[in-house]
Amino acid sequence: MQPVTLQHIVDSLIGNTLEGSLPFFRPELALCATIVVLLFVRIFKGGEYIPSFFIALVGSITALVLAFPVEGIESWMTMPRQEIFTGMLVYDSLTAFIRIFLLSFVVLFIVLSRLTGIADAKDGQDYYVLVLGATLGMCIMASSNHMMMLFMGVEMASVPSYVLAGIVKGRQRSSEAALKYVIYGAGTAGVMLYGISLLTGILGSAHLPTMAASLADLDIPNLLTSAEGRLTVMVLVLGGLMLGVGLAFKLSAVPFHFWCPDVFEGASAEVDAFLSVASKAAALVLLLRVGAGLGMVHEELPVANGADRPAAIAVASSGSSTPAHNAVLATQVAESSDATPVGGGPLSPVRRFFVVLVSIMAIVTCTFGNLAAYGQTNIKRMLAYSTIAHAGFMMMAIAAAIALAGRDVADARTAVSALLLYISLYLFMNLSAFAVVAFLRNEMHSEEIADYGGLIRTSPLTAVMMTAVLVSLIGLPPLAGFWPKLRVLQALYTAGGPLMIFVFVAAAVNTAIALVYYLRVAKAMCIDPEPDTRGEVSLGFLPAAFIFVVSVPVVIFGILPGPLADWTDLAVSQLFS
Amino acid sequence: MTLSDPKVYLSLLVFLPALAALVLALLPRLADESYKLISLAVTIFVFILTLGFFRSGAPIDFEAGVAEMQNLFNIDWIPSFGIQYFMALDGISFPLVVLTAFLSMLAMAASWPINKHVKGYCILFLLLETGMLGVFMALDFFLFYVFWEVMLLPMYFLIGVWGGPRREYAAIKFFLYTLVGSVLMLIAILMLYFNSDLTRLDAQQLADAGIVSTAKGGDVEQAFSAWKSSKAPLAQKYTEITQEADLTQRKQLHTFNILALQQMGQHTDLFDGVALWGKSIQWWAFLLLFIGFVIKVPSVPLHTWLPDAHVEAPTPISMILAGILLKMGGYGILRICYPICPDAGYDMAYFVCFVGVLSMVYGAFAALAQKDFKRMVAYSSVSHMGYVVLGLGVWSAVADTGYNPDYWKMGANGAMFQMIAHGISSAGMFFMVGVIYDRVHHRDLEKFGGLFAKMPVYSGLAVGIFFAGLGLPGLCGFIGEVLVVLSVWKYSYALAVISAAVVILTAGYILWAIQRVYLGAEYKGPHGEALTPITMRELSIAVPLLVLAIVFGVYPTSLLNYMQPSVDLQIDRLAAWTEEHDNRVTATKPLGAEDGQVADAWHR
Repeated sequence: MQPVTLQHIVDSLIGNTLEGSLPFFRPELALCATIVVLLFVRIFKGGEYIPSFFIALVGSITALVLAFPVEGIESWMTMPRQEIFTGMLVYDSLTAFIRIFLLSFVVLFIVLSRLTGIADAKDGQDYYVLVLGATLGMCIMASSNHMMMLFMGVEMASVPSYVLAGIVKGRQRSSEAALKYVIYGAGTAGVMLYGISLLTGILGSAHLPTMAASLADLDIPNLLTSAEGRLTVMVLVLGGLMLGVGLAFKLSAVPFHFWCPDVFEGASAEVDAFLSVASKAAALVLLLRVGAGLGMVHEELPVANGADRPAAIAVASSGSSTPAHNAVLATQVAESSDATPVGGGPLSPVRRFFVVLVSIMAIVTCTFGNLAAYGQTNIKRMLAYSTIAHAGFMMMAIAAAIALAGRDVADARTAVSALLLYISLYLFMNLSAFAVVAFLRNEMHSEEIADYGGLIRTSPLTAVMMTAVLVSLIGLPPLAGFWPKLRVLQALYTAGGPLMIFVFVAAAVNTAIALVYYLRVAKAMCIDPEPDTRGEVSLGFLPAAFIFVVSVPVVIFGILPGPLADWTDLAVSQLFS
Repeated sequence: MTLSDPKVYLSLLVFLPALAALVLALLPRLADESYKLISLAVTIFVFILTLGFFRSGAPIDFEAGVAEMQNLFNIDWIPSFGIQYFMALDGISFPLVVLTAFLSMLAMAASWPINKHVKGYCILFLLLETGMLGVFMALDFFLFYVFWEVMLLPMYFLIGVWGGPRREYAAIKFFLYTLVGSVLMLIAILMLYFNSDLTRLDAQQLADAGIVSTAKGGDVEQAFSAWKSSKAPLAQKYTEITQEADLTQRKQLHTFNILALQQMGQHTDLFDGVALWGKSIQWWAFLLLFIGFVIKVPSVPLHTWLPDAHVEAPTPISMILAGILLKMGGYGILRICYPICPDAGYDMAYFVCFVGVLSMVYGAFAALAQKDFKRMVAYSSVSHMGYVVLGLGVWSAVADTGYNPDYWKMGANGAMFQMIAHGISSAGMFFMVGVIYDRVHHRDLEKFGGLFAKMPVYSGLAVGIFFAGLGLPGLCGFIGEVLVVLSVWKYSYALAVISAAVVILTAGYILWAIQRVYLGAEYKGPHGEALTPITMRELSIAVPLLVLAIVFGVYPTSLLNYMQPSVDLQIDRLAAWTEEHDNRVTATKPLGAEDGQVADAWHR
């Protein structure tokens, strides 16, 4: 055996990085290069004549092209999970999907920023650098496999967002929003870091799979029998909760949502679109990564058909005198003592903890967001609460996925696929809603719902498209917003157990609750008379075209969600294995 | 891709209005009149398409006297979600489809007085028509749900923009009630979906569900094995799942196919598992679906949206609401609730009947108390739709009657007949109210009187239509009411007596209204000078309605020929199910034990 020398380590590290990791990191590298070019281009002579919009657009499109797998999307079917950068990040079809998602959003977003004029010639480069930097952080968040990268990703995404929230200079509300965001973000980041240190301290590693393995070794049910063991578990729970604080902040989940309406109201509508779509998507995938990373080790994964099924049936037939009539009954009898079935294995307590925590938080977040949106008169505040409610809905899919992961991998994948479908369609809905808000702000200098009165008479296309988007946000067929809701409900029903059924009912009821406040905006635009204070509103050709382009998918995917759903199914085909 | 292909023909029928709406949206600005003319032309064309089904022997037709589904077709819509584009017509849906096309045409003609945002009105109206036609034709539960929801938004705006003074309140109330109902329906759909299993059906049942297509009189088994080896994704999934020999390991093949769900509800124990608080899955599914549908019917106590929506909606929309939208509730109960969840329906039969009778009585008393003409007509709808719920719920095929389904058949046929009859008479009544409202701009029953003198033709037609609503023998309302009331007699004397007595109340409020509005010496209310005779356009809407009311009253067989076979078949099946069910309960034998179906713990 060769002695391990420093030279060896360095050589293998370089080899691993250059050959094993960097090829998978090309989109991020492209983003980095764009940022550098944006920052330095003005140093050179003539550089100030190159518009920063152009650089940012080319850079993000390049990154997007690089994010598509060379072998085609179909290769996700067989793409194995790979850890890159010595286990810091993970590259699998989920990473690939979410990166394509984030970069597509950024391309659209850069176009939007240019059209609304928020990134003007003078400030443009700062703005685009911040946007691309935050996107880079989000890509890392979504692919992190290590507590260190998790924290770095969250911070890399957050810090530029703080600045973006206050990018409109000279507006008090804007600076206030940024300050509130910073303070809140810094506080929760500190708590999260503390939680991470507790977890890594006990588990001896910050690498998620290793942490899961040590969690499995700890044998939690056994630990709970001794006083000392209970202390350890308590610290673990505390660490988990603190980690949850940081993630809940990014998700704006109740009770860490207070920043969201204020920041959304203070920041410009474009930045709101960025925060509500990209930031939420990355945070949701990160939550899934944490849940799946800590909740399961590879050995205990069941085969796709469910290895522990016969046991369940044995319980069913011995536990009741009448023959169990069918599958659902059998599972229900088997799990009647178990409020939240999460499957067996040494890590089932971790999953149970995660599932209960996330699902309760999701219900509260969703319901609170919908109820609080009722009283809003400012459209951005209303959309902020709507974002909170939708984040709650999406968290339900994650709870269902983790609850199912221990029992039936195929069903768990379907749940994640529902989440991805939700995120993807949410892009179109929220981007076009905020785009409308931004363009209208430019036209009429108001973001009050009352000022939207009678818009259908002056700009019918905008009003109709916005109505379609709002109805899609409610989740009514045949518009796109319905399908992800349906898929999430299906996943919750499949997950079963009283808690999940409660979440299922709460989710369904929330659809009805959400109706009134979305419809109020639609009503203002289509039914109400025009306010006297508002002048003529007419969007230019390009803004109208942009709104049309991003909201037409809401209609198209509403009628034919099949292709997109196939895509999300592909993206999860290797997950949990 | 010829027109004689049911795929093309039915799709054209359903989506033509939506396509026309899209074209209207893209058209440059036209005169208001042209929008109305184009929309009217489209609705007339759609009506002609439905009339095309009557050409018996033509490449595409609807045969009277056939109980099974006709013109059935089945295409994958969203394969990854297991949702199909699956439509067909039978005796239950066909009359309603024709009624929809007919009333849409008349309502569009009645829309001429609308002068505000005509383009938007026409677009929404046409979208609404697509939704309505789709609901009656869809046989995939999801497709049904999607069409059901498609109607909501156009209806909201049609009431909210073109309605009366309290239109916004009425519109949101309508929307909220219906949405709550459809959320409950969605929960039930998912419950049924996740407990369904196509692999439990045999070849004949799969053929009946339209999954295995057989030629008329062809060999089912042969078609079944041909289907299994076909390339269809569903067939391949079926083969894959049934290859698993160990039944405890076998997955379930879920489906949204309404016909297949009916087969499962009646022939397997898939929906008998305990769901919550000791009640079975189908009990809960039935309850949720029933609430969802009864909101639409509407039955007391979930009817409160209806008077508001009706009163505020413009006349043509009231016609659509009363004439078609209410029928969807009854159609849903008949098509979905009972056949899919027979056990629960059996369990709750008395409850359903009670809801029906309660609506009849309450609606009639409320109608008596109204001062607003339109509100009175609206409450009369609540009362009349109570007959529908009652007729559907009369589960008289029980052990005491020797499982004789005849009375139940009478009730269900009566309910179906009542739906069509009420569609004609209530649309007519709302139109008649609209005609005078357009002239005098008020609807206060106390301020009318003496219209006969000023508008004799109109008043004659109106009295005729109101008598049809009253249920005068010789007019359409009579047949349905009489069939329902007669059938209840065998089920419960108390309910029969009460429901028969409601006829007196009905006569009371309608005759009183006629007296206050049309009789009397002289019109003393406001805008007396505006009471001009009925116009040709109005005449061309009112006359067809009255003619149909008379035709169906005098010769009800013309309608029953089409719907009775299908209704009877369904009731026969349910009666057979009841007998089997009772035998099973007395013998405590699990369902399916005799015919070799495995009743132990099947597992996905």
